Amino acid sequence: MKYAYYPGCSLRGTGRAYEESLLAVFRALDVEVEEIEDWNCCGATTYMSVDELTSYALASRNLALAERDHSEIIAPCAACYLVLNKTQRYIREYPDIKLVVNRALDTIGLKYHDRVKVRHPLDVLLNDVGLETIAAKVKVPLHGLKIAPYYGCQIVRPYSTFDDQGNPTSMERLLEACGTKTVRYPLKTTCCGGSQKGTLPNVGLDLIHYLLSEAQKNGAEVIATVCPLCQFNLESFQKEAGDRHHPTEIPVLYFSQLLALALGAPANTIGLQRGFVPIAPVFAKKEIAYA
Amino acid sequence: MDLKRTVKFEADRDPEFARWVSHTVGGERIRHCLQCGLCSGKCPLSLYMDYTPRRLMHLSREGFKEEVLGSTSIWLCTACYACMVGCPKSINVTHLLYALKQRAIEEGRYPRRFAIPVMARQFTEMVRSSGRITESWLIVRVFLRTSIWRLLGMSGLGLKLFRTGRMPFKRERIQRRAEMDTLLHSVAATRKELGL
Amino acid sequence: MPEISDLSGPEAVRVGFYVCHCGTNIAATVDVKALAGYAAGLPRVAVSRDYKYMCSDPGQALIEQDIAEHKLNRVVVASCSPLLHEATFRRALARAGLNPFLLQMVNIREHVSWVHLDKKAATEKAQDLVRAAIRRVSLHKPLQKRRVEINPSVLVVGGGIAGIHAALTLAEAGKQVYLVEREPTIGGHMAKFDKTFPTLDCAACILTPKMTAVGSHPNIKLWTYSEVVKVDGYVGNYKVRVKHKPRYINGDLCIGCQECIAACVYKEGKTLDEFNLGLSKRKPIYLSFPQAVPQKVVIDRDTCIEFKTGKCKKTCVEACGDRLAIDFKQKETFEEIEIGAIILATGFKTFAPERNPNCGYGRYPNVYTSLEVERLINASGPTGGEVILRDGKKPASVGIIHCVGSRDVNTNRWCSKVCCMYSLKLAHLIKEHTGAEVFNFYIDMRTPGKGYEEFYDRLLDEGVHFVRGRVAEVSDWAVHPSEEGKLVIRAEDTLAGFVRRIPVDMVVLSVGLEPQADAQDVRRLFNISCSSEGWFLERHPKLAPVSTFTEGVYIAGACQGPKDIPESVAQAGAAAAEALALIDAKSVELEPYTASILEEECSGCKSCIPLCPYQAIAFVEEKKKAYINEVLCKGCGTCVAGCPSGSIQQNFFEDEQIFEEIEGVLAYA
Repeated sequence: MKYAYYPGCSLRGTGRAYEESLLAVFRALDVEVEEIEDWNCCGATTYMSVDELTSYALASRNLALAERDHSEIIAPCAACYLVLNKTQRYIREYPDIKLVVNRALDTIGLKYHDRVKVRHPLDVLLNDVGLETIAAKVKVPLHGLKIAPYYGCQIVRPYSTFDDQGNPTSMERLLEACGTKTVRYPLKTTCCGGSQKGTLPNVGLDLIHYLLSEAQKNGAEVIATVCPLCQFNLESFQKEAGDRHHPTEIPVLYFSQLLALALGAPANTIGLQRGFVPIAPVFAKKEIAYA
Repeated sequence: MDLKRTVKFEADRDPEFARWVSHTVGGERIRHCLQCGLCSGKCPLSLYMDYTPRRLMHLSREGFKEEVLGSTSIWLCTACYACMVGCPKSINVTHLLYALKQRAIEEGRYPRRFAIPVMARQFTEMVRSSGRITESWLIVRVFLRTSIWRLLGMSGLGLKLFRTGRMPFKRERIQRRAEMDTLLHSVAATRKELGL
Repeated sequence: MPEISDLSGPEAVRVGFYVCHCGTNIAATVDVKALAGYAAGLPRVAVSRDYKYMCSDPGQALIEQDIAEHKLNRVVVASCSPLLHEATFRRALARAGLNPFLLQMVNIREHVSWVHLDKKAATEKAQDLVRAAIRRVSLHKPLQKRRVEINPSVLVVGGGIAGIHAALTLAEAGKQVYLVEREPTIGGHMAKFDKTFPTLDCAACILTPKMTAVGSHPNIKLWTYSEVVKVDGYVGNYKVRVKHKPRYINGDLCIGCQECIAACVYKEGKTLDEFNLGLSKRKPIYLSFPQAVPQKVVIDRDTCIEFKTGKCKKTCVEACGDRLAIDFKQKETFEEIEIGAIILATGFKTFAPERNPNCGYGRYPNVYTSLEVERLINASGPTGGEVILRDGKKPASVGIIHCVGSRDVNTNRWCSKVCCMYSLKLAHLIKEHTGAEVFNFYIDMRTPGKGYEEFYDRLLDEGVHFVRGRVAEVSDWAVHPSEEGKLVIRAEDTLAGFVRRIPVDMVVLSVGLEPQADAQDVRRLFNISCSSEGWFLERHPKLAPVSTFTEGVYIAGACQGPKDIPESVAQAGAAAAEALALIDAKSVELEPYTASILEEECSGCKSCIPLCPYQAIAFVEEKKKAYINEVLCKGCGTCVAGCPSGSIQQNFFEDEQIFEEIEGVLAYA
């Protein structure tokens, strides 16, 4: 089956490494994806704050486009995943919203039939590909690399369709199949502050600091993330947070980067060079061979 | 000692606001709020708010519009959904916060050059004109309109992003850009027709 | 069948029709005067009246007078649901010398005036129903109620405080009681408590006298380690099959000296002790707790070496000596008893806190449930009454979290009623035992019983911190240096208006009450219903809290809903009283709605026999026909509908009567 692929705006910018590594993972595991033709921005949390109805209309354009040729969409970005899911639900539950959206789509020649499922890459990898298949294809074992699995908010709440809301474990299970070790991380679903670091700097900094220091305290060597904004926040302001509280030095990678590496993708094709906290010393210490 | 008298008369309440709250998306079950405080307890931002989410719920349903729309809470919410998921009465706290934020923006209730509504406007404008967000230009536009100093202060980070290929300046545009405007106009028209 | 002709002649049917206004309940929607007028014009109606309250004395008198004056031989009353007043009007007919079953009621309240707004349509619908009833009642035959004797013995299921009290009350009244309890000892949850609120009486001290009274009462057959497996019969005449699980101890020979336990080849216990909720370990041969009734040990075959390998030294047998009470060959046995009434007092279970990931149970060792803490502070518990945590330390600070699992759409919606009181009690006891700083996190303080608010007052003097706020999270994530190595409780102090983080050594979860895990199985066994939340369903929440919709089966205690000990005891007494009322009537009248076989038409196909849920149908070999035992038949109608040749007929629901009613409804042309 070919999945529709919805990258979202961040994956072309700050989240570039996420896209590169995820596509490498899909290639290695023979997961066929096709980018949604002429997809538009989902609106993320910002448009939702300004005008929900318009937000639903914008998001549903993507659903309608995908529906034409596909039955499932993979949405890697946490915010896109949430917005698309919320849009689908609200169209189903509120006739007013359905009416507005359908009319709007009609004016641009599209129709939405609620026939497409929105899925997260973790879900697809765990449930469609399977841990056994993945484990069998591991070429570069990760030698017990200690990871703190950081899910953040939006893939877990409020519409967690594939993992436990209170204690999700899909990321750990995938990464452990590649040889990593998971450390205790009580903050795995605590908010990083989102865009508050930009708008209300000190608030954001505190939240970021707690996440970093707790990971370090529990012995994590890498923080694995699923969201471009979380990844950006945790690595970009690590020094600033360290200056304000106490220093941490811990690289923040996308789970797909670790996965792609384990599956044998060359390091410079999965964005390892795009991070701000160097990963090379950590890999060297663990004797993880990467090209 | 400068003592201020605080007593709230019924005239201080805004019944229209209270009605609006209980009919807006997210506020349907607001009368069921027990004021247990779980939302505030879970909220990572409640520590910084002037009115915790719980207080905001009660103030909203009682119609104390000034306090609610003038609060810091609505701007601090990051929509992490921790409150909504834990609420023992199934109240859609996050969605109500969204609604309050929208109303505050509509009514212009925020300080000049406040980054959040500026960001909101720039974001929506960029989506309307290009169909996608180019992060670099969005950041530049927002900081130009709020605090140039901050923009300069972030130049180090900006450079790092640019060097690692994460800050392209090429504008991301969809091909059928005109469809964005068409969608927006349709939504506005239907909204007016249905009185939403 | 009476002649359906005009109103003259001795065999003619003469119907009296009465429509009730029921105040405005019916009259505001249905035009009752028009209805009476309409009925007056129908064939065979000799009298047609409307009246404000038919169920009142004058209302009933109207019917009795008319029966005498107008020689009525059928009565139709259009009013409320028959569940309310069918019996009333039947009595009125009986007083007037008419067979009570020559009455038909029409429900024009619950079925018409209370569910429709359109007055014209409602009145028309009432007319249709009335017309149908008049046609049906014409075919009613006189029927006689049957009287069956009531067996004066009672079965009480569940040996907690409710079951114990019910059993003792009945036994004192001279009735034979069978008390069946599935654990090896009676006592229920109360036996696990340390002290009880609000008096702080020692639970065991007030419970054990009642337990020993049960154990020694000549009228009580105490069957512990036993379960009911089958229930047949009906009110006054139940046949119950009880399974006795093997203790591998001869109950008559064991004197409870416990030498066998001391002598067991296991030097220390290796199995998690159920009574101590897993806080200590027991040996395979054990006594639940020191004051267990009966004082007989039990062997757990899953952990006993003799059962696993057959090669144990059996030092227990040696220690038992010439008492010879241990019997490894014991098998489970079954026993049938005949009883007249059943009282279910099967109790509750506590909410499993693992369902709430935020409370930290199972994730952090020093998070306990309230029941576990009862065992810790109990002098006969796993730590001898000292509050010692799983890591061996004594707590200097304790957080007690109210409402765990309760008042929450995500787990249980209801309030479990007792947790606020027991949380206060635990706060007091923990402070007394440890001197620790205690914080109670509550949402509302519910102290409605006698002496309960005063108990709260007492706690307020003791320096316990009360924080009003539902706890969001228990975690070991430290932000402030004072939080290192502690469990941090994060909640909004709603009265103060800000969020607080409070580090404690020990967290106590005040878990709510839930129905037992097998409540559905039990209720099916006894043929009663459960509410949507899973509690056994009472007949009426206000006026009949201990009886069920199944006659002869009563419920008492927490199995009916969360409640404290005084209420459980009160309900147990109430259930015993109702059972006594039933028994002392000596016999019970059964409705005559039984089915019977039309022998000439029965082909002997036997299709009906397995259909009967009460096993009331037998096959008579000599005649090759089916036969229905009238005494066992409950009139459910299944066999009547199931018979392929239509050879079964049911009193009061004969085919002709039903068809006549249907045709009456449809004859609106």
